[in-house]
Amino acid sequence: MADISTMQTETRAAVIVARGVHKHYGSIHAVDGVDLDIHAGELFGLIGHNGAGKSTLFKMMLGLIPTTAGEIRIDGAQVTGGNFRAVRRTIGYLPENVVLYDNLTGLETLQFFSRLKGVSPAESGPALERVGLAPAAKRRVREYSKGMRQRLGFAQALLGNPRILFLDEPTSGLDPEAIRSFYAILRQLRSEGVTMVITSHILAEIQERVDRLAILTAGKIQASGTVQALREQMDLPLWFTVRVAQEDFAAVRAALGHLPVGAIEAHDDHVTVQCQREAKMAVIAALATLNGRVRDLTVREPSLEDVFFGFSD
Amino acid sequence: MEIAQIITIASKEFWDRIRNRWVLAVALVFTAFALVIAYFGAAQQGSVGFHSIDVTIASLVSLVIYLIPLIALILGFDAIVGERERGSLDLLLSMPITRLELLLGKYFGLAAALTFSTVAGFGLVAIVLSAQLDFNALLHYFGFMLSSVLLGCAFLSLAVMLSVFATDRTRASGLAIAMWFFFVLVFDLLLLGALVATGGEWGSEIFPYLLLANPADVFRILNIFSLNEVRTLYGLTTVFPPALAHPWLLGLVMLAWIAAPLGIATWRFRK
Repeated sequence: MADISTMQTETRAAVIVARGVHKHYGSIHAVDGVDLDIHAGELFGLIGHNGAGKSTLFKMMLGLIPTTAGEIRIDGAQVTGGNFRAVRRTIGYLPENVVLYDNLTGLETLQFFSRLKGVSPAESGPALERVGLAPAAKRRVREYSKGMRQRLGFAQALLGNPRILFLDEPTSGLDPEAIRSFYAILRQLRSEGVTMVITSHILAEIQERVDRLAILTAGKIQASGTVQALREQMDLPLWFTVRVAQEDFAAVRAALGHLPVGAIEAHDDHVTVQCQREAKMAVIAALATLNGRVRDLTVREPSLEDVFFGFSD
Repeated sequence: MEIAQIITIASKEFWDRIRNRWVLAVALVFTAFALVIAYFGAAQQGSVGFHSIDVTIASLVSLVIYLIPLIALILGFDAIVGERERGSLDLLLSMPITRLELLLGKYFGLAAALTFSTVAGFGLVAIVLSAQLDFNALLHYFGFMLSSVLLGCAFLSLAVMLSVFATDRTRASGLAIAMWFFFVLVFDLLLLGALVATGGEWGSEIFPYLLLANPADVFRILNIFSLNEVRTLYGLTTVFPPALAHPWLLGLVMLAWIAAPLGIATWRFRK
């Protein structure tokens, strides 16, 4: 595992620690030697293909299934240990494809879970309001849409102001507006110091929002760190799009000829140039010498998708 | 163990059964059967109307011995496997609750629903008949109701146990039906078969104790023994040694039939 965390996050206390965690189902290694440190107040992303082991890892972190080997500690306590109840009270969990009780209303659902969490059932109303479900409080969950169920599941996870949140594919089924308000709540929680672990397969959605992330492939962590650190570690090429008239294409080629750039491709009204990160500033400087013949310039950074597929391929 | 967690789960299960009118439906079935048996039970003998509480109870016992195990098994077979299959079990188990608390909550909630239906259903009949019953007869009838509740609780415990073992609901329902066949239909035949095949040589000593291995038989014995009028009608119970024929002892056996499957279920659920 390549750990390239920034110094800033390293100095904070690790709230969730996984060491040498394995989960084997017969010959299938669902989770295969995972080490993780998730720090207090951090928004940590866990990404990977379906079946990469994200949900299995989540369930082990919550103590729902035992590890085959290794151990997981939350706040220094083993999740399956004797004082699990105290640990659990500080945790909120939104499972993947959350299933709630169809015959209960939204409000009754939250009242049920607040009792189990040892929280006053009076918190249920405000929790519904927080996720925008107050108007549907008295309706049966049976009548809820997929997105509403997801929001109700999220409200359930927020009951009792947990200090740690595990959110497994939390935005699946949400419309863009709901996704926005979901992340607004996460930002607020982050400012309150809540530690959050989130999985998503929508990488574009997660990459701008997490502090650090880990890429899980076939049960192994391929890399972890900030998005920027992962990009740098991958050393993926950048793409320049240079808008110039067709008669200036040759001039662009000439200006960049001596630089370590990759493919230069001509299109109708622009040229695309691939280059390594270390050549970025040199390319910009070279283009600047073309004295106004460049009408526009955009740089595309490698997206998390590139990083992700770069690692998992 | 936190009692509050058990109560939270149990009351949800109980109110679910109240709300979907399960309790009402089962209670009505019990009331209807009990009334029909009380008033028309002697129709074959050419008379209609309430005659004797002993004969009524004896008829009710033969009915309840089929009905209650079936109802209890249907009620409990998906208690755990249903949550697992729907995908709601993980969320429940992520709460500050132990598996034992969850299991007991489920069991007590369902048992409360079944008990409530049984007591309400048969109790209504007791109220209707009360003018025609003396204290002793009422006592017998309440004994019958109590043993019916115990019978239901024992089979509910078996149902919850197989709901922990089964990997999916379909299998759990198959196992529930198989269990019903075994205890209600096959078990006695097997015992009788063994007794007859060995010409009574084998097993006549342990035979009564083997009856304790079936909660349905314990229920039958519990009721038959308290009824002088019908005791002689039953061949089976006449071989029953008086040492075992204490209602409280048989009641303890029933309690064991409630505790043991729950214990096994807990052991399995924790694995």
